[in-house]
Amino acid sequence: MSSGQTIIKFTSVTKSWARGSGGLQKVSFSAAKGEFVFLTGPSGAGKSTILKLCYMDEMPSSGEVRVSGTSSMNTKRVEISKLRRKLGIVFQDFRLLEDRTAWANVAFALEVTGTQPKAIPARVQKVLERVGLGPKMQAMPSELSGGEQQRVAIARALVNDPFVLLADEPTGNLDDRASRAVFQLLREINASGTAVLMATHDLDLVRSSGLRALELNRGALVFDSADAPLPEREH
Amino acid sequence: MRLALREVFTAFRRAPGLGVLSVFTIAFSLFAFGLFGLVAYNTRLALERLEERVEIRAYVTEGTETDAVAAAVGDVRAFPEVASVTYVTPEDALRKARIEMAEFKDVFEPEFLPASLEVRLKPGMRDPQQVKQVANRLSGYSFVDDVRYGEEWVQKFYSVRRAATAAGVVLGIAFAFAAMIIIGSTIRTSVLARAREIGIMRLVGATDSFIRAPFLIDGLLKGLIGGVMAVALMWITRTALTATVFSFEFFPTPVLLLGVLIGAVIGLLGSAVSVGRQLKRV
Repeated sequence: MSSGQTIIKFTSVTKSWARGSGGLQKVSFSAAKGEFVFLTGPSGAGKSTILKLCYMDEMPSSGEVRVSGTSSMNTKRVEISKLRRKLGIVFQDFRLLEDRTAWANVAFALEVTGTQPKAIPARVQKVLERVGLGPKMQAMPSELSGGEQQRVAIARALVNDPFVLLADEPTGNLDDRASRAVFQLLREINASGTAVLMATHDLDLVRSSGLRALELNRGALVFDSADAPLPEREH
Repeated sequence: MRLALREVFTAFRRAPGLGVLSVFTIAFSLFAFGLFGLVAYNTRLALERLEERVEIRAYVTEGTETDAVAAAVGDVRAFPEVASVTYVTPEDALRKARIEMAEFKDVFEPEFLPASLEVRLKPGMRDPQQVKQVANRLSGYSFVDDVRYGEEWVQKFYSVRRAATAAGVVLGIAFAFAAMIIIGSTIRTSVLARAREIGIMRLVGATDSFIRAPFLIDGLLKGLIGGVMAVALMWITRTALTATVFSFEFFPTPVLLLGVLIGAVIGLLGSAVSVGRQLKRV
């Protein structure tokens, strides 16, 4: 699949902080349109850092990150906002607004990015049905299970029709059953053409899926299954 | 704009306590500052009234021709410091003395009091040096017998006024800073309460100006309402004190409007700074 159009390209990216872990050392890789890529590795290996660099919440200390034509070398804040409208971002902790319904959480993403108010209801309804939450649109986050809350977050990430979905441990807070269901949803989203970059330390999931995986260790990219199959390894 | 306004009202509906608290904090900070301002303003008015009483009296030697005095009056009027010159005849002086000191009215004889020139100075030209200079110039006239201006009183008055002005400026600055810090931290609290929302807006691609708008409107409205409340509180205080203790002057309308405007500006700036800080983090 890597023969398709490149949408994310890291070129010798180093990220270092004055203190703390999670930095990166000369990481290079690229992901193509419609691809599904796992980021694996132990905690603090730099998985979240790669995702933050993708949505330009962090900027590389050296090297270049290029996402859909936007380069980290010369980006203004306004351009970052524009880029994020084409990305979907999902976190382990869902990051929903607790004081409004599932419907309002999804609509919020459209409202604050200047979508025509008339167009909003139909799009929100469609995407909530797509993630299987049609009947619970008016529920508050506290009335939903973890798996359902993550579906709301995924719906919010999808409502702007992103070309890539960035998911940081999206199943990390869920039980097995909910995890499998959320992963299945991500596969379906990917099948319809949206690329997915998913950080996880669930190695079983990675192995059984047979999808491309990038393995990080202490900030270095130690393995890319696009080059060779994933070896059996213990973490 | 419509969405920004809606966000302001939803934010208020979700946390009315916080909204009311910040409006009240702004109102009472401005109220405290305004009360201090009222005290300063009334002190100033009282001092101005006292200052108007600064006068120089030049006693005319007995037997001086009225023409000579009249010519001198024209001269003195032309002094740059002088606001008015009144020629007080012995008869006028006697009449005045009998009114002001009624218990001695039979003691005064028509010849008892000399004629004099009563010289009043222009506002801003009544400090001890200038008063002295004018007095000296007056005593230069050959027909002037003696010049009195209450030297000690003028000097004391001016040192009191200087002290009052200095205290007013220092206290005023301190009060203004206290008010700004209190208002600033209140607004910061209401921005922090919505930090999560700001973070999500950034994530889904809202621009900084879009995120800022509802907070700026919110700060402006709170400052405006707080300012109006502060004016109302001051008015109530003034009315109550005037009815029971003593009466004093209230601020003129332009000063009140300025006060409300200052409230609005502090609210706006406080929000702008707090949101700016929050945006830097996400």
